[in-house]
Amino acid sequence: MAASSRAQVLDLYRAMLRESKRFSAYNYRTYAVRRIRDAFRENKNVKDPVEIQTLVNKAKRDLGIIRRQCPLSSGIKSHAQGLQQRQHAVGPGCAVWKGCGMEEPSPKIMGHLNL
Amino acid sequence: MLLRAAWRRAAVAVTAAPGPKPAAPTRGLRLRVGDHAPQSAVPADTAAAPEAGPVLRPLYMDVQATTPLDPRVLDAMLPYLINYYGNPHSRTHAYGWESEAAMERARQQVASLIGADPREIIFTSGATESNNIAIKGVARFYRSRKKHLITTQTEHKCVLDSCRSLEAEGFQVTYLPVQKSGIIDLKELEAAIQPDTSLVSVMTVNNEIGVKQPIAEIGRICSSRKVYFHTDAAQAVGKIPLDVNDMKIDLMSISGHKIYGPKGVGAIYIRRRPRVRVEALQSGGGQERGMRSGTVPTPLVVGLGAACEVAQQEMEYDHKRISKLSERLIQNIMKSLPDVVMNGDPEHHYPGCINLSFAYVEGESLLMALKDVALSSGSACTSASLEPSYVLRAIGTDEDLAHSSIRFGVGRFTTEEEVDYTVEKCIQHVKRLREMSPLWEMVQDGIDLKSIKWTQH
Repeated sequence: MAASSRAQVLDLYRAMLRESKRFSAYNYRTYAVRRIRDAFRENKNVKDPVEIQTLVNKAKRDLGIIRRQCPLSSGIKSHAQGLQQRQHAVGPGCAVWKGCGMEEPSPKIMGHLNL
Repeated sequence: MLLRAAWRRAAVAVTAAPGPKPAAPTRGLRLRVGDHAPQSAVPADTAAAPEAGPVLRPLYMDVQATTPLDPRVLDAMLPYLINYYGNPHSRTHAYGWESEAAMERARQQVASLIGADPREIIFTSGATESNNIAIKGVARFYRSRKKHLITTQTEHKCVLDSCRSLEAEGFQVTYLPVQKSGIIDLKELEAAIQPDTSLVSVMTVNNEIGVKQPIAEIGRICSSRKVYFHTDAAQAVGKIPLDVNDMKIDLMSISGHKIYGPKGVGAIYIRRRPRVRVEALQSGGGQERGMRSGTVPTPLVVGLGAACEVAQQEMEYDHKRISKLSERLIQNIMKSLPDVVMNGDPEHHYPGCINLSFAYVEGESLLMALKDVALSSGSACTSASLEPSYVLRAIGTDEDLAHSSIRFGVGRFTTEEEVDYTVEKCIQHVKRLREMSPLWEMVQDGIDLKSIKWTQH
């Protein structure tokens, strides 16, 4: 399998930033965006293809985490924190806890968790 | 009607697939106050969020009290809260095996953060339980030959309380004083060690003033005098590099919810070579090597393990960032306000915990004025009483300065905007409160407050 090309890494970077912006919690959102930018910037001069592949794999795993966690944090209603101007728009309503008055765990979430 | 609602929901889901365009985190910090509109659970309605929204919650600047869960930690915990719910001590079926595998993996993650062997990690319900096990367990095991313990005056309440309860059992405890900087005097420690001392307990990073004790030196002293060394590392684990072998630590307490893990879980490190014997506090089925019976809560320990792993990876990045933000906070406050004192040694100090005393301002009133920021004066466990913190008293702070101290916490998720906002509000309110203060007026007129003879009525 060929090592990840520059284009693939950039696609991954863009996808991660895009997904991170969907966190409704201000602190998680700002952390994710900042961390992703800093991590990709820090590793931009890595030349060893094995190391690049390791980093790309880790980034893919983290992208999966962000995809799973964003809807969870949006689905649970909570008042926005300090610096937000408006309650962040909610993604497709899938929450795990029935007690919060939300629907059944979405098959999308369960699929992601490989359950 | 139902059909239309369902169609609308589906339409939102489709258009929301690439991610709804979020309102970018704002630069202009307008805190809007609206009424508490009851939130309906239908997502379609909130896509067009009303301008008059709910009251915004305060900024969180109290990370020494507790920390939010890192999303990576929650992601690791969820499968064990949903489907993999087996008891890790069930030996006969797959539910038990997979739960046990997760527990052992978490143990390995915790151990590698502190340089220990996984067999030396025992899961508990938190650092308070770990401290109790360490102090009472060691003291009681060696009760026949050793009756003396040493600790400091700035320890966490659970350590001080455990020592007090041991005193009631007939043990002797020396509470070492600390210097003005908050650090103990190593010569005093050496002088306090007696032939019948079983344990020295000194916390690594203080939760109120952020002072770092010289753990490596204390470890060296204790191991040379053959005394066990316990450290409450709840505020230090995952934030500064710790190695139990380099620092000659025999027992260490770890707390889950201080390192972006779940609440209700912690761990205790108990050295095996040379073996530290501990009398178990909690009797039962012999789980956790007999030292802490009870079913190990798999989702919580998986969370603790994940938090430790994330902390290990992020330690350098977080430390650099937190140091920068902390510098920014202190510099900006101190250059705009006179008569601000930072409690604790500025050099041997963990940057994320900043304790400032604002002279001529009452701490509680400043806290209430800063209602948009979640802060604390002193530690959460003592915040209910009106007494000034015993830690500040131990470092020799004047009574009036002790009453006016505020603890700012900077953590992994704190942003520069939050720090700037906190600084701005703090300066504004301190100035306003000082304007109202007659003491401040007198100081401005050049009167030395210490020379005043207050009359009795």
